[in-house]
Amino acid sequence: MPTPLTRTLMLNGRRLAVSVDDGAEDLLYVLRDRLGQHGPRFGCGVSQCGACTVLVDGEIIRSCVTPLNTVAEGASVETLDALDADGTPNPLQRTFVEKQAAQCAYCVNGIVMGSLGWLRQRKAAGDTSVPSEDEIAAFLSGKSSASTFDYICRCGAHRRMIEAIRQAAPEVLA
Amino acid sequence: MTATDISRRGFLAGIGSIAVAFSLGPVAVRPREAHAAAQAQDGLRIDETGDTGSLSWLVLTPSGLTIHSGKVELGTGTQTALTQIVVEEMHLDAGHVGYVQGDTEVTPDQGVTAGSKTVQNGGPQLRQAAATAYQALLGLAAQYFHVSKDQLVADNGVFRLEGTDRQVTYDHLVAQAAVVLTADPKAPTASPADYAVVGRPMARADLPDKLTARFRYVHDVTVPGMLHGRVVRPSGRNARFVSIDPDSMARAKAIPGFVSVVQRGNFVGVVGRTEWAAVQAADADTGIQVDWADGEPLVPQDSLPQALRDPSNQYASVEMVNVGDVDQALASAAATREASYFTPFQMHGAMGASCGVADVRAAPDAAGVQATVWSGTQDVYALRGAIAHLLGLSTDSVRVVYEEAAGCYGHNGADDSCADAALMSQAVGRPVRVQWRRQDEHGWEPLGPAMAHDLRGGVTAGKVVAWEHVLCSPTHGSRPNDNPGTLLAGALTGSLPATLPTDPDDSAGRNAPVTYAFPNNHLTGKLVRSFETTGTTSGVPAAPLRYRFLRSTALRSLGGLSNTFANESFLDELAAAGGVDPLELRLRSLDDPRAKAVVEALADTWAARPKGGNGTGAGLAYQRYETQFAYAAAYVEVQVDMGTGAVRVPRVVVAHDCGLVINPDGLRNQIEGNVVQGVSRALIEEVLFDARGVTSVVWEQSDFHPTPQYPVIRFDAVPRIETVLIDRPDQPAWGAGEPTIGVIPAAIGNAVFAATGVRIRTLPMTPDRVLKALESG
Repeated sequence: MPTPLTRTLMLNGRRLAVSVDDGAEDLLYVLRDRLGQHGPRFGCGVSQCGACTVLVDGEIIRSCVTPLNTVAEGASVETLDALDADGTPNPLQRTFVEKQAAQCAYCVNGIVMGSLGWLRQRKAAGDTSVPSEDEIAAFLSGKSSASTFDYICRCGAHRRMIEAIRQAAPEVLA
Repeated sequence: MTATDISRRGFLAGIGSIAVAFSLGPVAVRPREAHAAAQAQDGLRIDETGDTGSLSWLVLTPSGLTIHSGKVELGTGTQTALTQIVVEEMHLDAGHVGYVQGDTEVTPDQGVTAGSKTVQNGGPQLRQAAATAYQALLGLAAQYFHVSKDQLVADNGVFRLEGTDRQVTYDHLVAQAAVVLTADPKAPTASPADYAVVGRPMARADLPDKLTARFRYVHDVTVPGMLHGRVVRPSGRNARFVSIDPDSMARAKAIPGFVSVVQRGNFVGVVGRTEWAAVQAADADTGIQVDWADGEPLVPQDSLPQALRDPSNQYASVEMVNVGDVDQALASAAATREASYFTPFQMHGAMGASCGVADVRAAPDAAGVQATVWSGTQDVYALRGAIAHLLGLSTDSVRVVYEEAAGCYGHNGADDSCADAALMSQAVGRPVRVQWRRQDEHGWEPLGPAMAHDLRGGVTAGKVVAWEHVLCSPTHGSRPNDNPGTLLAGALTGSLPATLPTDPDDSAGRNAPVTYAFPNNHLTGKLVRSFETTGTTSGVPAAPLRYRFLRSTALRSLGGLSNTFANESFLDELAAAGGVDPLELRLRSLDDPRAKAVVEALADTWAARPKGGNGTGAGLAYQRYETQFAYAAAYVEVQVDMGTGAVRVPRVVVAHDCGLVINPDGLRNQIEGNVVQGVSRALIEEVLFDARGVTSVVWEQSDFHPTPQYPVIRFDAVPRIETVLIDRPDQPAWGAGEPTIGVIPAAIGNAVFAATGVRIRTLPMTPDRVLKALESG
């Protein structure tokens, strides 16, 4: 039987409590249907495409397979929706537009949030070198040591996205 | 990319090569508001017809210009390109333009948004409307100044009186006017030589909002009182509903937020107050368990190549080309070849699983609307008819509003998910949003069909003297129409699908005729019945519906990808047989100077190609889209791992002539997307199915889906892409959404041949398949 749950989260820097009838409800639905977020999207529901990606305490998370009851009390959750909350687009948001690095753009949430989490983790580990295009491609293909998550883009804007990430990287790593 | 910023607006922050506008606010106006605005305000309208209540193409009021487009933005950038066309004619700046698309109450019926036809067909309609509007404005300005029109100069929303400092804005003129016109086909249009906006790269209007999560896809639509639905599909294509286990029903009813199970015939869905409740209720582990009776088995996948060729599976054979005498020419040719090709069922595989929202009321509202559907459909009018008939309502009482979905690449699950929502909404009397699971999309979306090809050819003295192609294919056209059976929910509730096509023209047969000047040339299209029909030569579905093959429909380029794979691979075989350079053979076989130009544009690259052998090689392919529109040629380099059979594509060069180029950067983006998807379809993609239905229901094999699934290309496999655009400003603008994808698989196959000496005639060219071919030489 479902177990109700109330969880306190720091959603994009704002402290709030969310209550669900079933603590097993995946974070994706909590974010979209209860907390008004539109960045994370339903793509596959099985952690294979990246559309639902968010950062939880800085970690890259597939929210479609992350029950709310596995998210720590008070955890920080970061979504695409608030990346430009201060009025300035995140460097990745800006370079994706500069490079016109999307077509339908349904996938960009995952690719931007995943790359952001990855670059920040590199920086936190003391590596501020700008990754090569091959390294970026390997990360997005789940073949880097940092992450085994794959990211799908079905429209074929891959090369532009790789260029956009590389262009934004120095600012994210700075 | 060579894009440069062309915007002249001061408040655009020019960063890098393309202007970035994050602070502009929404570029689209909500349709209902726009409609009300158009009706309520004076100004200048260009209507579709002169009738009262006519829909409009363009609405110009003091608050700005709004384009009403029946063609919809599918994520390909057509909104931006169409806007460029309109503002060019109206001497305006794109930044001020509103855009309303795909709404059966607001936008004219421009037919389906598909087939690379939006700029090509939709563009001229809007251009003429804009030219008409501009002439009307010019007339108003001439009256205003009491001068002749030729004394006026327009510049970004202002008319200046030449030789004076007097000027008047469009806003001022339309504030004084109440003008309604129809588009004048003879209204003068801007000269291509004077284009200031068309032909320049323009940043996509929709991308800033998409990057900041402000954009609203159909998945984000909410309606007051909206419930959430999920579908539970049958155990197989021919399965029948038996029952729902009573214990599981009780379990579902206990789920907090559970509303209802909706079952009609073989359609089963669940409705919940929350999405999570619906997810849980539809899951056999936590919600309802449905008992199905498996129906008749599908034709086995491993027998597809033979089954497509089996006359008992075919209902028609159509001679498409008959020039000269192929048999005689083959008999006297210096060298002859025969070869058979095969391509599998492939899927659109939209990044976002399909979603639809429907609000079906018990009675019509004051405006006469009883059902409203929000949909990522490619054709709001066609879906309206199908939904109306599914629900038993009049067409006029149904409104379909386009909301962008994930890229579709053809007729995917967008329409079907709306039918699911409509059925459930009608059943529960509340608005219902249906989000398909990935397994619903991969497992039940209408597919691009498998095709089989048999070719014979002869070459003498370096020229092709005989060419014969026989293709076998199920239908590529199952789009919605007034028959509810064209929707999956309709078929599941007992309606029969559409009658199969009577000929392969521009469907299975798209790009089957070659545009080479072969003296003896024969082409036959054999049409395969997807389901039991009413007779051996009938394409009419028999009742009860029983599928032989998987349901198939329009997937990017329809038969074109498979036909060009066969044609351009086989031409390479003849080049090898005749000892002719593949590029030279194409040039020799082409008459059309524009065709020759795209092939010649690759000549230097071709001359500098890696020497074939040792697993490295290059290949070429060419086609003219639909044999009458854009020209595309591709050069592809491959690296074949001789130990594993894995094919890598490190580099692709495309030469492309689609006439007048509207937005060069948008065009390159489309070509790049064609290349990437083409590589994916050539190397990786194949729908897998068993006797019941599709078994490749997610992207990757995993513990939860232990059998092989349906992956697509990943970032580390994407080639570097160069594009050569041949701009022809004095020629019509043809579409670019599909021409390039067709040449990619053949160019890869030809490169693999150059690299290994082995010809791969079946897609996808998986490592296993290539390795087997390498081993058998």
